[in-house]
Amino acid sequence: MNKTLVTAGLLFLSLISLPAQAGKTLDSIRQRGEVICGVNEALVGFSVADAKGEWHGIDVDVCRAIAAATLGDARKVRWVPLNKMQLFPALQSGEVDILSHNVTWTMTRDAAMGMHFTSIVFYDGQGFMVARKSGIQSLRDLENTDICVQSGTTTEKNLSDYFRARKMKFRSVVFANFEASIKAFLSGRCQSYTTDATSLLSLIQRASRTPGDYVVLPELISKEPLSPAVRRGDDEWFAIVKWVINALITAEEEGITQANVEQQKVHGSASAQRLLGHQEDTGKLIGLDREWAARAIAAVGNYGEVFDRNLGAGSPLNLPRGLNRLWRDGGLLYAPPIR
Amino acid sequence: MSAPSSRRPSAAPFSWRNLCYQGALLALLGGLLFYIAGNVQSNLQAKGIASGFDFLLQPAGFAIGEGVFPYTAGDAYWQAFLLGIENTLRVSGLAILASMLIGSLLGLGRLSNNLLVRGVCTAYVEIFRNIPLLLQLLACYALLTALLPGIDEAWQFGHIYLSKSGLALPVPQWLDGHWQIDYPQRHRFAIAGGARLTPEFLALFLGLSLYTSAYLAEVIRAGLESVGKGQREAAAALGLSHAQTVRRVILPQALRVIIPPATNQFSSLIKSSSLAITVGYPDLVSIANTSLNQSGRAIECITLILLTYLLLSLLLSGLMGMFNRRAQRWAS
Ligand SMILES: N[C@@H](CCC(=O)N[C@@H](CS)C(=O)NCC(=O)O)C(=O)O
Repeated sequence: MNKTLVTAGLLFLSLISLPAQAGKTLDSIRQRGEVICGVNEALVGFSVADAKGEWHGIDVDVCRAIAAATLGDARKVRWVPLNKMQLFPALQSGEVDILSHNVTWTMTRDAAMGMHFTSIVFYDGQGFMVARKSGIQSLRDLENTDICVQSGTTTEKNLSDYFRARKMKFRSVVFANFEASIKAFLSGRCQSYTTDATSLLSLIQRASRTPGDYVVLPELISKEPLSPAVRRGDDEWFAIVKWVINALITAEEEGITQANVEQQKVHGSASAQRLLGHQEDTGKLIGLDREWAARAIAAVGNYGEVFDRNLGAGSPLNLPRGLNRLWRDGGLLYAPPIR
Repeated sequence: MSAPSSRRPSAAPFSWRNLCYQGALLALLGGLLFYIAGNVQSNLQAKGIASGFDFLLQPAGFAIGEGVFPYTAGDAYWQAFLLGIENTLRVSGLAILASMLIGSLLGLGRLSNNLLVRGVCTAYVEIFRNIPLLLQLLACYALLTALLPGIDEAWQFGHIYLSKSGLALPVPQWLDGHWQIDYPQRHRFAIAGGARLTPEFLALFLGLSLYTSAYLAEVIRAGLESVGKGQREAAAALGLSHAQTVRRVILPQALRVIIPPATNQFSSLIKSSSLAITVGYPDLVSIANTSLNQSGRAIECITLILLTYLLLSLLLSGLMGMFNRRAQRWAS
């Protein structure tokens, strides 16, 4: 709560001062030698610190890739764990360079909150989890029940929309603090807990010693495209973040992996060679050097590798790729051509 | 006994020069505020952050767990705020009443000749005054949600149900042109209908009441003790009955000592009710917080919170001042 106030205070101070300088993010990143990345405090698969203080997750890897592309070293990231309340003020006030947090891209946030979403890194949808022993099978069963939810989320509004459209009654039990909302659910206060479905799976992993006690209901009620966001007013930085993500997706399309990136640079397809800076210098277009994408891929692998390691088969979550497959495999990932 | 007239310090003699200074200061402050507001506005615009209070007319889009006013997610932000104020007033008002009651009993108990009563009351005051309110609230909430049975095993007393979902009570309801009773009903996964006192409300209400009553007990004890023993003896010598002594001698003097600090306690109770958010109760701050996050209008929402609490505090002071004058007049 205190940290929130400080952040809000910083935002306010930055607002009563003279107009801010725009377009200087990359310069200050180079000067200080780190990318400051705002991440979730603890969400397995997205961003979580292990016992040694090492961060893991898909949102974390996005920042690593950006640090590799801009500074030449994936380790040059300062992690700033943020809760839901601090999230937007932290970006608006300049406390972080980028939000790589499980934040849904919505029009209000994109158009009216001083930030730009860059590129979708994960397609999710809102789900509900219930205690297995409750016997609740579907959303129909949730009529008149109490539903725990965190405030300030898209979740909160989707929930109202869904039940209102079906003229079903429910009572929301709302906490601003994420841990408090989850604790209320685990104590049995609510019959269900709702947020992004993948986050639910991650919560089940973490929150209970016996994961089998909780299940996620089959229905998903919303679109939750999760995307990193940057402050408005710096097009150069916006482009860098967007194209680093596109580079990771393109790498998967081209079969470029962490292991074979050096070899692909010379022997890959024309587009692989272009991406990796062998034939063409695409880095110049976004204020970086020609090796930018090669370094990002060498640091974290292509999108598929990032997914597998953090969310997929190589992780405790073992999620199917689902919507997050490449477009040509029936998914939604489709990076504009890098040329 | 005549009511003591409160003596005011005599005002400084009127002077044009003073008036000018004051006017200038006011203009300066106003100008500064105006400057800051203008600066904030243009900086927000430069940062691409929408601002202004127009969002209050837009649909809020989020549901609110409880409240007496009818409200649905389709209603506007201002209606959500109003519900928040209503929830703040409801829990604070009831907690003030409860803490007055408990506080008076404790205050009297601390003056009791009975050692056990005095000991228990002293222990209560010391314990509840010395544990931070936030901890008490969280403990209350944790206890309620831990001890109460799940909804499928709700305790039933006639038409009343008690579970982790709260206390479900029958309420009279105006339906189809006449009054009916809306009974809570047990369904397979839920208890529907009736009125509900949620664990969030109960935790906040209990926490605020128990905490404030410990302070009020001290205020009341000090007030009663401030009336010297001699006064009581003098009243007895004049042949006043016990009731007359209390009403005409003790209370008027004690109340004068009690009311100002009690006003402070009530005012801090209202402000402390903003801890509601930690136990999931949708008070004004909780709803403003949600609105802030949903609409992105941070400065506007915080301004509304500040103004509302300021207004509530002034209102409370006004009311208590009135009560004080009434009490003095009633005694004489
Ligand atoms: N994607 C949705 C929901 C995201 C969300 O609310 N996530 C929660 C629960 S997984 C969270 O990250 N909370 C972390 C915190 O507040 O500390 C949004 O952007 O509104």
